[in-house]
Amino acid sequence: MLNYTLRRLAFAVPTLLVISFIIFALLDLAPNDPTGNLPLTIPPEVREEIRRSLGLGEAFPIRYLKWLQQFMVNEPLNLIERILGIEIGNSAERLRVRSWVTRSPVVDLVVERLPQTLLVVGMGYVAGILIALPIGVVSAYRQYSWFDQIGTFVSMVGFSVPTFFTGVLLIVIFSVHLGWFPSIYDTMHQVTHLPSFWVQVRQMVLPVAVLGLYNAAQLSRFVRASMLDNLGQDYVRTARAKGMRERVVLFIHVLRNSLVPVVTVIALGIPTVFSGAIITEQIFRVNGLGQLLITAIQGADIPLVQTLTFIFAVLIVFFNLIADLLYGMLDPRIRYE
Amino acid sequence: MKRLIAILAQAATIAVVSAGAAHADRGSDGHLNILYWQAVSILNPFLSGGNKDVHGASLVIEPLASYDEAGNIVPALAAEIPTPANGGVAKDLKSITWKIKPDLKWSDGTPFTAHDVVFTAQYCMHPDGGCQQAAKFTDVEKVEAVDDLTVKVTFSVTKPFPYGPFVGSESPIIQKAQFQGCLGPKAPECTEQNFHPIGTGPFAVTEFRANDVVSLKANPQYRDPAKPAFATVTLKGGGDAASAARAVLETGEFDYAWSLLVEPEILEQMVAAGRGTLATAFGPSVEYIEVNLSDPSPAKGALRSTREGGPHPFLTDPAVRRALSMAIDRQAIVEVGYGPAGKPTCNLLSAPEIYASTANDWCLKQDIDGANRLLDEAGWVRGSDGVRAKDGVRLSLLYQTATNSVRQGTQALVKDMWSQIGMETELRNVDAAVFFGGDPGSPDTAHKFYADVQMYTNNFPGTDPERYLSYWHCDEIPTPANNWLGNNMQRFCSDEYDALVAEMAQTADLAARAETAKRMNDVLVGQGIIIPLVHRGSMSAHSLTLEGVRMNAWDSELWNAADWTRRK
Repeated sequence: MLNYTLRRLAFAVPTLLVISFIIFALLDLAPNDPTGNLPLTIPPEVREEIRRSLGLGEAFPIRYLKWLQQFMVNEPLNLIERILGIEIGNSAERLRVRSWVTRSPVVDLVVERLPQTLLVVGMGYVAGILIALPIGVVSAYRQYSWFDQIGTFVSMVGFSVPTFFTGVLLIVIFSVHLGWFPSIYDTMHQVTHLPSFWVQVRQMVLPVAVLGLYNAAQLSRFVRASMLDNLGQDYVRTARAKGMRERVVLFIHVLRNSLVPVVTVIALGIPTVFSGAIITEQIFRVNGLGQLLITAIQGADIPLVQTLTFIFAVLIVFFNLIADLLYGMLDPRIRYE
Repeated sequence: MKRLIAILAQAATIAVVSAGAAHADRGSDGHLNILYWQAVSILNPFLSGGNKDVHGASLVIEPLASYDEAGNIVPALAAEIPTPANGGVAKDLKSITWKIKPDLKWSDGTPFTAHDVVFTAQYCMHPDGGCQQAAKFTDVEKVEAVDDLTVKVTFSVTKPFPYGPFVGSESPIIQKAQFQGCLGPKAPECTEQNFHPIGTGPFAVTEFRANDVVSLKANPQYRDPAKPAFATVTLKGGGDAASAARAVLETGEFDYAWSLLVEPEILEQMVAAGRGTLATAFGPSVEYIEVNLSDPSPAKGALRSTREGGPHPFLTDPAVRRALSMAIDRQAIVEVGYGPAGKPTCNLLSAPEIYASTANDWCLKQDIDGANRLLDEAGWVRGSDGVRAKDGVRLSLLYQTATNSVRQGTQALVKDMWSQIGMETELRNVDAAVFFGGDPGSPDTAHKFYADVQMYTNNFPGTDPERYLSYWHCDEIPTPANNWLGNNMQRFCSDEYDALVAEMAQTADLAARAETAKRMNDVLVGQGIIIPLVHRGSMSAHSLTLEGVRMNAWDSELWNAADWTRRK
């Protein structure tokens, strides 16, 4: 297992290098201009100066290598310095990946955005799992019952209705008409005591509900299908024949085995938590990583888009590995040698 | 009777209280929530030309003078506006001397002096700084501090309108002590300074999160001890215009929302909720169609859309250009796409008032019959497919614009109107960042103009149109030789017009300038080089409890935030 893990990790390095090159090249070759969104009142000579000051004058391979060095070496060093509070080498002179729009280091922006994304999108994911499990289990156990029919209906709705619709719908009902929850998320809010915790809960309800519904819809289908597969297996009949109670059969035998593929699916979905929920973050102004990415794309902020996309790529490669390893641990029949 | 007296007494108390509120103490009105659906990215306007950033920064840093809502220049940090009459502008029109208000302090308590103003000019004029407001400092030869409270700006040419540098929120004064390590190539690296500038404005930054939110508090050193009325401000960003309007007009979570490009009927519904109101202001922005006088046919190869490539097969015919304009129902375009944020216009210069010509008002009324007659007389005959042609040239247009739902709606309307006069129109839209981007490698830019007509909104900074009108000088034509830089997209070239450009540069008297500007406008519009459609206003929403908003199209919308108060 350890051998396998090491091999996979070693293989991830060239994979990521290729990915980084593709991302950088694609974005660089795309017709785009950082000064494109500036007011027309800015004359072309000034635009040319701006492009030059952003480092666009250099050749493509040089810019790629520079970015690679900044991202792979300089930024990790800065992070280590920040966490440990020490200084390694001449950190003031170290070139950093800078956003063209905010002119600040990209990694600082990402660090600033992580808390709200993890909290809101992460909670939406957790809520989705918590809703999906019971619905999936009961739906499978009582297949074609009214509960299963309703569960199927709800998950079909949750799956097919886009979040930009459910989000606005919830705002119109709960913010405009009932006035129960705020429609705008306050990223500066600090939880210090019970009332402020309550404020935080209230402002998270709507976005988490939107994401929870969406995630639950997908996952509950997985749980149901996996449960159905296992319920028909011989070992279930054997367990029942041994005189096991139905509860033990269902929760100990069937559920455990059914969760093996579900856990993999959940692990594979974790990178999407980090990449944020672009639409939901926009609607509720959670302003996390998803919103950061979309504003960067709209503003032609290439270094920010390149870096964010690459971070997502790293996370996807990493969680693929985790999912594979988890699968091996949960199902002892699987061996990677 | 007793009850009546009681009511009167109560009314009197209320009157006293509300009168008192107008002269409230600094910070007595609590918290102000402002929503910009495009979040503020940076608080240094010299490194960002975006309106959202300029507006955000205008709460913190101020210019020497601002534009009020009528477009007049009013003093901010300056004691008075220098003019030729008061001797502030030199007789040869080559220098301007600003007097600064005495005893001004930065929010950190240090004194504000002329040296900060001089430094600001150095900062923006540094060749390696990539200053996005460099145009404000065009032709500036030197900026010097005569004494601590006097600044003299010298120009290399005669400047009849010397109010470029340090006027308006795009050109505010930054603190020398804070920014002196940030000159030239160091400018973008000064994240701390760019995010937390020290200013003289009504508010000071307490926390800044790029592309998300700015927290501010009342500046303790602000020059008017009774202002600002609000103790703290949140300037939140993100989302879209419709939901920003909702947050002010329907849920009341925010007090002010900026730039509401929302379908008119949706806004109407929201206003009906009774929590807020819309504020509009009309500045220089005009949505217009421009015609290509050169031949954009791909067959021309490298000479495509250049004067060398030859004239346009039919848009060089004045009758065709005139007919294009006559056939358009501008009122319909405004009603469908703009609502209260637009007015039909027949002028390139629709504001300020003194520059608005009336010579072209015939275009306000759609005249399909007249247009048809004009084309008949010019010899353009309808073929069997309903499209007019002459000598084998069909009146078939490629009409391009930036991607934007309102623009695509306008395109569809105009296409229909043109079909009624026997014109065939093909529509095309290009992503705004590419269309306006001016990337010489892209074939889809407004500058290359590989189409017959194109539409967008253009405007000019401040209130003086001299530079704007010089866009249509022969020298401004984008060509492969100048890397497609230049603003004369039409490839319009006339000695008459170039002479007017030269005349404008030598005219100092405001009334005479206005007269010349109108003549230039009438050349461009009268000859159909530019087909104006809509005079576009900016529209924002504010809560009914927020008072003192004076919506401004010439400067930052938040220009007078120091005077905003909460109705009690």
